Amino acid sequence: MSDVEERVKKIVVEHLSVDEEKVTKTASFIDDLGADSLDTVELVMAFEEEFGIEIPDDAAETIQTVGDAVTFISGAQS
Amino acid sequence: MRRVVVTGLGMVTPLASGVEETWSRLLDGQSGAGPITRFDPERVATKIACEVPRGDGTNGTFNPDDWMAPKDARKVDTFILYAMAASQMAVNDAGWTPEDEEARLRTGVMIGSGIGGLESIAETTLLLAEKGPRRVSPFFIPGSLINLCSGQVSIKYGFKGPNHAVVTACSTGAHAIGDAARLIALDDADVMVAGGAESSICELGIAGFNACKALSTAYNDTPEKASRPYDKDRDGFVMGEGAGIVVLEEYEHAKARGAKIYAEVLGYGLSGDAYHITAPAEDGDGGYRAMAAALKRAGLEPSAVDYVNAHGTSTMADTIELGAVTRLLGDAAKTACMSSTKSATGHLLGAAGAIEAIFSVLAIRDQIVPPTINLDNPAVESELDLVANVAQKRKVDVAISNSFGFGGTNASVVFGKVE
Repeated sequence: MSDVEERVKKIVVEHLSVDEEKVTKTASFIDDLGADSLDTVELVMAFEEEFGIEIPDDAAETIQTVGDAVTFISGAQS
Repeated sequence: MRRVVVTGLGMVTPLASGVEETWSRLLDGQSGAGPITRFDPERVATKIACEVPRGDGTNGTFNPDDWMAPKDARKVDTFILYAMAASQMAVNDAGWTPEDEEARLRTGVMIGSGIGGLESIAETTLLLAEKGPRRVSPFFIPGSLINLCSGQVSIKYGFKGPNHAVVTACSTGAHAIGDAARLIALDDADVMVAGGAESSICELGIAGFNACKALSTAYNDTPEKASRPYDKDRDGFVMGEGAGIVVLEEYEHAKARGAKIYAEVLGYGLSGDAYHITAPAEDGDGGYRAMAAALKRAGLEPSAVDYVNAHGTSTMADTIELGAVTRLLGDAAKTACMSSTKSATGHLLGAAGAIEAIFSVLAIRDQIVPPTINLDNPAVESELDLVANVAQKRKVDVAISNSFGFGGTNASVVFGKVE
């Protein structure tokens, strides 16, 4: 698991209070992990804070799964 | 008008989490005051408050995890957490679990707060200044709004009836219970979950009330002595926090399901001082008219009143209320009694009227009146028994609970024994 993936999963577990094993790369925040639209806003803010990046609103809307977040953050960092 | 009775009680107070735990400590003459632990009070003049005792949930301590999942509790200000806890206690006590849609449509919620999410507003403002608007949580607004107590309770239980929230400073709890009872009386609902919640013990809250010269500052080393209504050495109120919630129910509805009935809401009166933003009118006219209106609605003479749960905040205004009550009761002042339970709980602001309504109901249930603690040297002579320091066994068939708020907003609720 990449460093980014590990940190993303940790944030998701903390914010959504879900079991770690459920937080797979294909897991959808809303459909699989019980988040609502406000939770996803908060998750994006937590990713910005953790990785020191800015995720514009239009990009944030495309981040639906754990894998989407890892891909976006890895791209933003490189 | 339909009759309205009280069938469920719930409270989180500085004395304890839970109705019976709070009540027994109140009757025992205990104080909920102590040094402020919620924040470092070094910069403020008042270093004491009546904080809800936190712990693992045993021995009357409040454990947030017992009432909201941590992931949900993190999204709301503390006053909403207290409201959720007290509401669950009250609903469980009433045993009211609507089984069909019609029953859910006929069950509403009316929980208010004096100030709402003050601590969240203060913390978020600092965050905004430090990190900018993109760091403001999406849960900041729905976690701070006063009506979200009512919203959260309705969502938890599926109560789809009237959903409302009162904001009348320190009269909030009494207005919420009175207004909710009226909704049932007027057939807008059969059951209402009603009361108030508050959690303003933060640096901004203490600083704000200190600036109004409303809080006690002379008892930082002896906090349990600070709240002393009617005593000549009182010097301001002690801030409390918590929530009080009652389940109100239409009388026939309660009887039909075999509910335990604590008392009846006999009357409710409201008035405005039209005088000053923080001080009551000096002749106590506003409080007098609220009480008189409540008794008129109850169809009772003042002489019927056995017990008055006073607003009595431990400020100079205590004697104004005492004068109004004495004037209202006339000769009956010699046989009735009045106490201020704020002497023990501190002033819960928007929750005060709700917990005091519950104390009034319990006084009727147990035929005992709670004491005014720290009343060592009364500031004025009064023929009315102020129940100094020790609870009294008494006949209590009718009790009236007074609440007066900043802005000159007054509410009185009359409760009566149901035979």
